Amino acid sequence: MFYREAGDFKTSYQDDNQTFPIKFDRYRYYFVLFVAFAIIPFMINDYWVNAVFLPFLIYSIAAIGLNILTGYCGQVSLGTGGFMAVGAYAVYKLMTIFPEVSVLIHIVLAGVITACVGVLFGLPSLRIKGFYLAVATLAAQFFLVWLFNRVPWFYNYSASGQISAPERTFLGEPITGPATEAWAAYLVCLVFVTLSAIVARNLTRGSLGRKWMAIRDMDIAAEIIGVNPLGAKLSAFAVSSFFVGLSGALFFAVYLGAVEVGEVFGINKSFLVLFMIIIGGLGSIFGSFAGAAFLVLLPVFLKNVLVGGLGWPTDLAAHLEFMIVGGLIIVFLIAEPHGLAQLWRVTKEKLRLWPFPH
Amino acid sequence: MLDQEQGYVTADGRQIGGTVMDMRNITLRFGGVTAIKDISFDIREGEIRAIIGPNGAGKSSMLNVISGFYVPQEGDVYFRGQKRAPMRPYEVARQGIARTFQNIALFEGMSVLDNVMTGRLTQMKAGILSQALWRGKAEKEEVENREICEKVIDFLEIQHIRKTPVARLPYGLKKRVELARALASEPKLLLLDEPMAGMNVEEKEDMSRFILDVNDEFGTTIALIEHDMGVVMDLSDRVVVMDYGRKIGDGTPDEVRNNQEVIDAYLGVSHD
Amino acid sequence: MPEQLVFAMEVFLNGLMAGVLYALVALGFVLIYKASGIFNYAQGVMALFSAMTLVGIMEGQVPFSHLINAMLGTHVHHFGWHLPAVLGILLTMVVMVGLAWLVQVVIFRHLVNQEPIILFMATIGLAYFMEGFGDLMWGAEIKKLDVGLPQGINLWIDETTFNIFDYGFFIDNLDIVATIIAALLVGVLVAFSQYTKQGRAMRAVADDHQAALSVGVSLSFIWVMVWSVAGFVALVAGIMWGTKSGVQFSLSLIALKALPVLMLGGFTSIPGAIVGGLIIGVGEKLFEFALGPIIGGATENWFAYVLALVFLVFRPQGLFGDKIIERV
Repeated sequence: MFYREAGDFKTSYQDDNQTFPIKFDRYRYYFVLFVAFAIIPFMINDYWVNAVFLPFLIYSIAAIGLNILTGYCGQVSLGTGGFMAVGAYAVYKLMTIFPEVSVLIHIVLAGVITACVGVLFGLPSLRIKGFYLAVATLAAQFFLVWLFNRVPWFYNYSASGQISAPERTFLGEPITGPATEAWAAYLVCLVFVTLSAIVARNLTRGSLGRKWMAIRDMDIAAEIIGVNPLGAKLSAFAVSSFFVGLSGALFFAVYLGAVEVGEVFGINKSFLVLFMIIIGGLGSIFGSFAGAAFLVLLPVFLKNVLVGGLGWPTDLAAHLEFMIVGGLIIVFLIAEPHGLAQLWRVTKEKLRLWPFPH
Repeated sequence: MLDQEQGYVTADGRQIGGTVMDMRNITLRFGGVTAIKDISFDIREGEIRAIIGPNGAGKSSMLNVISGFYVPQEGDVYFRGQKRAPMRPYEVARQGIARTFQNIALFEGMSVLDNVMTGRLTQMKAGILSQALWRGKAEKEEVENREICEKVIDFLEIQHIRKTPVARLPYGLKKRVELARALASEPKLLLLDEPMAGMNVEEKEDMSRFILDVNDEFGTTIALIEHDMGVVMDLSDRVVVMDYGRKIGDGTPDEVRNNQEVIDAYLGVSHD
Repeated sequence: MPEQLVFAMEVFLNGLMAGVLYALVALGFVLIYKASGIFNYAQGVMALFSAMTLVGIMEGQVPFSHLINAMLGTHVHHFGWHLPAVLGILLTMVVMVGLAWLVQVVIFRHLVNQEPIILFMATIGLAYFMEGFGDLMWGAEIKKLDVGLPQGINLWIDETTFNIFDYGFFIDNLDIVATIIAALLVGVLVAFSQYTKQGRAMRAVADDHQAALSVGVSLSFIWVMVWSVAGFVALVAGIMWGTKSGVQFSLSLIALKALPVLMLGGFTSIPGAIVGGLIIGVGEKLFEFALGPIIGGATENWFAYVLALVFLVFRPQGLFGDKIIERV
């Protein structure tokens, strides 16, 4: 009885098109934004930021990016790790070559650079489809990791092959580098996430989103009714890679601070983000958040319960994590291919009728 | 030039114009199989042209040639007086040719409304940056095109299912949504591939009424493939008959009905 | 004979043998793909798991010892026996058949009719699950596997080539044995697929599930059989690679190597897997040999993929794959 749309009629297409047509949803959204921006920064500490919030926020952006490419446009990519690396190394080079320019601009530029790289590696998608394309993106993944490992220009000829983010500030407050405070890192990521989600939502609800989904659902018919497959697919790669690059840049500059490409951006990262969108829900912005939250919280939960609580060795917890994630992927693919987002949608529909059964 | 030919007015007052689509000596081969052998026919503006023939005659292939999905090895396609240069199917669509498919090609991941809106994709011009911002140009264009789609939705009486995911719809409604999608693009030429397939008498009557209304109200030129002879005879102005890739009849329904070759190949003789 | 050419010949031969091994692994994929349309990403993990199980059975490890010890505070690790290799292999095969049956019943029976990409993602899930499960069951340390295969440099080849070329080729005995076994296995699988009743049934299923059902082929039986055969291939591959570099996590990465082989050869073709494997094996090693030092080395990480990718752009179905015809 709280969650209803009775009496809430839309009188314009504009209203009908809005993201949260039901009043309750809209208020909930504003409330979440309020808590996120105005309350959490005051309550936060290092542990929560590093273990939970930063990875959640950053992976959400990556998941949104991959969801656009795979969930909305149907082009499976296993190269997410490699593209995050592009974002990270791009922001690193920009930071070191142009230290006077604000790092926030560099992060956005890193996204743009990644978008261009994404378009390049997306070109084969015009000839290769579906599953073959997934394998082709692996070429991108392995090649990019090799590139950043072997070409010294990328890591400024450092002996260790690692890259470290130099300190940069915004309005006097450090936001990269070791002096950064938890709330500053959190707010930077939060702003990027909010803007990314809004842009992604706008793109997916308009004609571009429909072009993507048409290609995903039936690409031949899409072309016959007037969709240019080249344009649609490449734009999906571009937009997706922009977000993935953004998340890679944030991952390096704001979250980790130092990165060794093989460990951090290897193929396991690609699978991780893919799992996030499968569990969260393909073709859903909310699902990207849900999946990211789930896969960030799961190891934290397991560690606290099994290792902290029961005293098990950490490698056991790691093995169990693999089993749980793998098992959940299978369960979701069988039972609910639209992931947590669909479960959420079904719950909301039931709530709209509650307490009536139908 | 062909499209200078004089138009005429039909018995029930519809205006038929000059030639809008002219297929000349079309030959289409797939490897060793010749699907279409040297076929020529034209479609006039505002008319309803039926393409009939037994299964495997090459009718769907002919429709695919018209919509640009197959490129004939020989022959030319003239659309509105212009010879068609080599172009991709989506460029053909942008010229104003829309179609429905024999085995329903709707976008199953989207709702009815979204599917119909995809029919407007060739007309929606807002760039990626304005779409990213949404407010302003992109939203205005979205609302304008939504209005056009809603008119089509009204016309085909599918308002009650506009938010339903198409995957959930029964066959007959899916066919109607596909027609809506084709109509949404305000096409000059509408191609219908077996629009009545799998329908019962009532559904056929509804669909026939819609097709006639589209032609009547919007003056849309229609080419349709259909097996139901009653429908063909009632709806169409002229008929092309194909058999084994060749054209064996071309004329008004009455002329075709009495053509011996057509009778032998397809219609059969009624035994009283 | 110029020195570089002699080196190149050695690299070429090693590449051929690596290629045969790739072909063997790729074959496991082709079989499953042909029969069910599933690309089994978990094939590599299955190879790892089978090798771990073999070692575990032969060495008398207690399964899940780590877990049991953590939960009950005990310190058990081994039963105390040592089984001969042949018995170990047989028992491991039993386990793999059981696994095949479980995978079919629990997972893929529920995913009939889904698109290939969903099936592929399910096998990725399976791979992760099996990796965790295998580690939980047998422990994640590197294990040594010794089933009695000869190892070390083949002295006969070393001497003979030294006499001819003034340079002794370093060809490992194990590689030679692996090549022979792999070639035999490939031959057996091809014969099985072409000439036996079950093989014919498998090809029918690969072509058209419905049609195969309508002539009385039991889909479940064929799929369990196919997954068991794939499991056997995985075991052989696991033994070969495991003997060479120890039974450890990197074994599961073979799956990733087989992908470009399949892309090159075509996913549905057995000869394609063989030819593709050889091309990738030789190509990879020769490229690294010729150009590696110039561009930084370790090109083997990506060369196979880029080669397959370039190839695919010009011929999307691979060398021998079925041409993809699109109808509307």
